[in-house]
Amino acid sequence: MSDSVAAVKRPSVPLIRWVPVVALAWILPGGAHFLLKRTGRAILISSAVTLTFLLGIMMRGAMFQPMTGDLLTTIIYCGGFIGDMASGLLYLFTVWLGYEQPEIAGHVHDYGTKFLVGAGLMNVLAMVDAYEIVAGRKA
Amino acid sequence: MPKVTLSHFEAALLFALFTSIVLGVVTKKTDRDRLMYGFKSFGYFVLALFGLGWLMYFGHG
Repeated sequence: MSDSVAAVKRPSVPLIRWVPVVALAWILPGGAHFLLKRTGRAILISSAVTLTFLLGIMMRGAMFQPMTGDLLTTIIYCGGFIGDMASGLLYLFTVWLGYEQPEIAGHVHDYGTKFLVGAGLMNVLAMVDAYEIVAGRKA
Repeated sequence: MPKVTLSHFEAALLFALFTSIVLGVVTKKTDRDRLMYGFKSFGYFVLALFGLGWLMYFGHG
């Protein structure tokens, strides 16, 4: 009981402190950790996200476009689109440079699509981690 | 950008490796715990990979 009350009463971090850090973490995978002087972790996050994304492109994975229909279609396509976008600049540059891959049957393309979404989801974890560092909940 | 063709196993193993690195980095609070969690996570991925592989093999008859 007292723990939950303490958790609720924890002072919130001002927007001006965490928004730029989380935005940097989104735009540049590992960038926020560099900014916060967690260099080792920044290198690991940056390499893992970037290599996963590049492997996804090299396997000619498809990018999701938001699409609505039945519940499953909406979850898969909108969720996939958000997952793709979460890679930040990697995603934006790929789209700006005209990468367009239709969905093709085959396990390599399929894995590529999952690698692209996976890279974005890993970056979401890094964004949450950066937020926790700024909030003082993590070293 | 060159095209790569990986087998199921290679692709799943690479995915497990990169995901384990990120999970290890973001989950724990000390470097030792991060390293241990990364290895543990990778181990579970590989275990699941082999487990599901055999399950599908026997499932197909």
